[in-house]
Amino acid sequence: MAKGVWIVAELRDGAFRKVTFEMASTARKLADQLGEEACAVVCGSGVAGIAGELGKYGIDKVYVADNAAFEPYTTDAHAAAVAKVVKDNDAAILLVAASFQGKDLAPRLVGKLATGMASDCTDVKIADGKLLAIRPMYAGKCFGEIVVSATPQIAALRPNVFPIVESAKAGAVEAFDPGLGELKTKVLEVQKEQAGKIDVSEANIIVSGGRGMKGPENFAILEELAGVLGAAVGASRAAVDAGWRAQSDQVGQTGKVVSPNLYIACGISGAIQHLAGMSSSKYIVAVNKDPEAPIFQKADYGLVDDLFKVVPALTQECKKLLG
Amino acid sequence: MNIIACVKQVPDTEAQIKVKADGSGIEEGGIKWVMNPYDEFGVEEALKLKEKAGGDVTIVSIGPARAMETIRTALAMGAEKGVHIDDPALNAADAYTTAAALAAAIKGLPYDIIFCGQRAIDDDSAQVGAILAEILGVPQVTFVTKLEIDGTKVKAVRPIEGAQLVIETSLPCVITATKGLNEPRYASLPGIMKAKKKPVEAKNAAALGVSTDAKSKVAKMIPPPARPPGKILCADDTPEGKAAELAKLLREEAKVI
Ligand SMILES: Cc1cc2nc3c(=O)[nH]c(=O)nc-3n(C[C@H](O)[C@H](O)[C@H](O)COP(=O)(O)OP(=O)(O)OC[C@H]3O[C@@H](n4cnc5c(N)ncnc54)[C@H](O)[C@@H]3O)c2cc1C
Repeated sequence: MAKGVWIVAELRDGAFRKVTFEMASTARKLADQLGEEACAVVCGSGVAGIAGELGKYGIDKVYVADNAAFEPYTTDAHAAAVAKVVKDNDAAILLVAASFQGKDLAPRLVGKLATGMASDCTDVKIADGKLLAIRPMYAGKCFGEIVVSATPQIAALRPNVFPIVESAKAGAVEAFDPGLGELKTKVLEVQKEQAGKIDVSEANIIVSGGRGMKGPENFAILEELAGVLGAAVGASRAAVDAGWRAQSDQVGQTGKVVSPNLYIACGISGAIQHLAGMSSSKYIVAVNKDPEAPIFQKADYGLVDDLFKVVPALTQECKKLLG
Repeated sequence: MNIIACVKQVPDTEAQIKVKADGSGIEEGGIKWVMNPYDEFGVEEALKLKEKAGGDVTIVSIGPARAMETIRTALAMGAEKGVHIDDPALNAADAYTTAAALAAAIKGLPYDIIFCGQRAIDDDSAQVGAILAEILGVPQVTFVTKLEIDGTKVKAVRPIEGAQLVIETSLPCVITATKGLNEPRYASLPGIMKAKKKPVEAKNAAALGVSTDAKSKVAKMIPPPARPPGKILCADDTPEGKAAELAKLLREEAKVI
């Protein structure tokens, strides 16, 4: 019978990404509830040395395939390797990251393993010995409880939502042969955005600007506040479509869905498609001069005022508090 | 070139979504149905490719009778023909079953490239394109924001966190489209008139020879958790006063900075 809670570790440039520790901690919790092992699959190049680190977050066993073909990530190489090791070991539950990489890999695994998956989950638990995954649907306008009847039961975890918990386990490392066949995709180039830039989908704090920013140059005041808070700068579609900000900064239904601890919306009205991308933020602040703006219905703290006055003042206050 | 674009009809982004009292689904009354916005990017790219390389565009959609409107919209934008898979056992299927049915329909057609949206904005699963590619045994590039095709060579750009990847693969393949790829055209009036006469073939699960057994199901739908009511800060009416009050609350009450 299938058993064990597995994760697909996500790496970039030879290091684990934070979501990997979130998945490991979650796998430990589920494995304890089932009384089974938590295992990890690590596919990378030159990663044998770091694989054991996952023991710190509760992983009993780490299956490693070390091969130059795994870096940078391609669908073919990773899907082939993960599907093989998961099948050979008859995993019951498989957790993947709902990151850009995971969203490419996980459904390919669903296809290879002919199973089902709960995408972009915000909670997972065990009910009647099976995985019960909870996830937003219809852009967060409702939630679904998903049950997978085939094996393995796959769930993709939304980054930044699941807590990282340290609990030392063996983290025993075992190499496996990924059995790579012909690879049909190749990464020609990785074009990095500016160094040090935090992606909105991974930020703990986001300072976002909309049409109320009036022009691209004015985002400097948001950058400054973000700098003080260690935050990412996001944007509404209006700001992106006006060419003021990059597409990769757009939050909302046709942008990124984010779940930071704090979302500060400046000069954003709160259109339903924008709310779709940020309403699961833990705390929402709205700065808008229109008291009727719909964003105030979602805001924990609302400031009805001119953002060009409030934002610089807030930057000063935060500097004082954090300085 | 034989180009396929998969489309799904979904509630308009403005739609209020209400969960049925028994949690079995959503209330469909009063919903305005539209083409999934990400599929529009796929259809547009399919049409642009046809205009450049020649060939024709076939629209494939699974959905109840009303999904025909969405197929006609794509035909009005300029696609040549459609396949409408309408089967009560498939209309609300999970991702695997959906992809298997699409694959069965597409296997019966000549194809060089298949476009899907990166996700449908109803169930937000973002799975079908990649499963379809796996079942057909062809490569995929997902979340594509730029596409170049030269002969059978495919060069596509996709974002990851903090970077853009330039990926090379070859036809046939599946491309899933995201915002940034293009600006979808509107259907013209003559286009709408012509679309009425374009052929749309009807299929069901039996005709396609696919199983309708789901691998996963939505056991229950629930309304989103309610947010506690917020407060409007006004202890002091100056912008500086409000900013100071906010900084203090974020630090001491919310504990997020
Ligand atoms: C299919 C579809 C998908 C969409 N996807 C997205 C999406 O992913 N993300 C998204 O954001 N939108 C999306 N939209 C667009 C959405 O409907 C809104 O048009 C958009 O969010 C508006 O952006 P905004 O709030 O910046 O601008 P506006 O709605 O114009 O709001 C600007 C706000 O700034 C305030 N303001 C102006 N000056 C000041 C000042 N000096 N101080 C304080 N406040 C000020 C105004 O009071 C106003 O509330 C989508 C729409 C559609 C149809």
